[in-house]
Amino acid sequence: MNRDSNIYTILYASVMVVLVAVVLAFTSQSLKSYQNENEENDKRQQILRSINVQVPANEAKDKFNELIKDSFIVNEQGEKIEGDAFDADVVKAFEQHTYPVFIAQTDGQTKYIMALSGAGLWGPLWGYISVNDDRNTIYGADFSHSGETPGLGAEIVLTSFSGQFAGKHLFINGEFKSVEIVKPGKSVAGQDYVDGISGGTITSQGVNKMIFDSMHGYVRFLTSQNQQ
Amino acid sequence: MGLSNKNKEILIGPLSKNNPVIIQMLGICSALAVTSKLEPSIVMAVSVTAVVAFANVIISLLRNTIPARIRIIVQLVVVAALVTIVSEVLKAFAFDVNKQLSVFVGLIITNCILMGRLEAFALGNGPWESFLDGLGNGLGYGIILVVIGFFRELLGSGILLGFQVIPDVFYQWGYVNNGLMILPPMALIVVAVIIWVHRSGNKNLQEN
Repeated sequence: MNRDSNIYTILYASVMVVLVAVVLAFTSQSLKSYQNENEENDKRQQILRSINVQVPANEAKDKFNELIKDSFIVNEQGEKIEGDAFDADVVKAFEQHTYPVFIAQTDGQTKYIMALSGAGLWGPLWGYISVNDDRNTIYGADFSHSGETPGLGAEIVLTSFSGQFAGKHLFINGEFKSVEIVKPGKSVAGQDYVDGISGGTITSQGVNKMIFDSMHGYVRFLTSQNQQ
Repeated sequence: MGLSNKNKEILIGPLSKNNPVIIQMLGICSALAVTSKLEPSIVMAVSVTAVVAFANVIISLLRNTIPARIRIIVQLVVVAALVTIVSEVLKAFAFDVNKQLSVFVGLIITNCILMGRLEAFALGNGPWESFLDGLGNGLGYGIILVVIGFFRELLGSGILLGFQVIPDVFYQWGYVNNGLMILPPMALIVVAVIIWVHRSGNKNLQEN
């Protein structure tokens, strides 16, 4: 057979591509359940980190079921609506003005965990933030990113950054102010603030905007109970 | 099964005298990118070794059927398929490391060592020799990665594979981790030091 003929080349390429496609489809299908489980455990770890609980991936499911007592979705008016908070895609949920909430019981206290979604320098940012049962004082926060610069913007995942949020207030005198992220050493009047990442200014600003925008949707949920 | 002298040379050569990273200067990019810690370095080394060994065998088996005009495309498809499989397996069984390696698993496709071995060796040799050649080159690359990862994690973070190895007393005496080791420039300098040490031990590698 002439290996340089056009027909041979086209046939060879077609057969090869189909074979490779079959092999890859099979690999993807057979590993799917493991991958989904990993992703879910990763999400559970993130949610648990926002209430300052660090667990390895294989214990995440048990710990999550132990601590998270309830989860639901609220709309902009702060009313519960249909839906599963854990399975909800946060980006899509926010677009529809719906907001996932998780309720955790830790050390006998109730914590409300809310989702965050925003953009950094190179790609999406997301995270979870928890507040005490006064629905104002932040208890913990956790941030993740898909591709921020290592050593600079990527430092938002460290507890040295996210730990600063504990004890800060989202509302000052009943008005929603969010928590401002400032250049290290700077301060801002009239609201609580934390230090940003030196050299990771755009990522820090992204986190700042993410917290403001995301928490803005939860304002009615957080304030409705305060008035009761 | 004993190895003939020629096969031994194919397997052992790339570990030192013909090392892909420190002699041929291939695969430097990923050697700098993933070596800030030891664990991703090891996973990357294993991944590249698996991909280059199996790609070599597959191309070697196909070498008499591949149409010359789409030779490179065929090699790329084989490599890309293997890399995708490795990436899927890591996602399923080593999720955390996969997150740290992020894009660099996918970028194994563009690792020059792979295309270099396929073009230079697998197209002209049998499957067994090609397998040994792939294994040798993968390990040669892996050794360098592991050495760089070892020094960068040890000096940069004071830990190895997540365990603290530098005792707390050292820190009380004023020892400070070198944050520069974590950053990419120090990877290049560590590679340079390895090359220096290697060449000073192998006089025949030195240029006049």
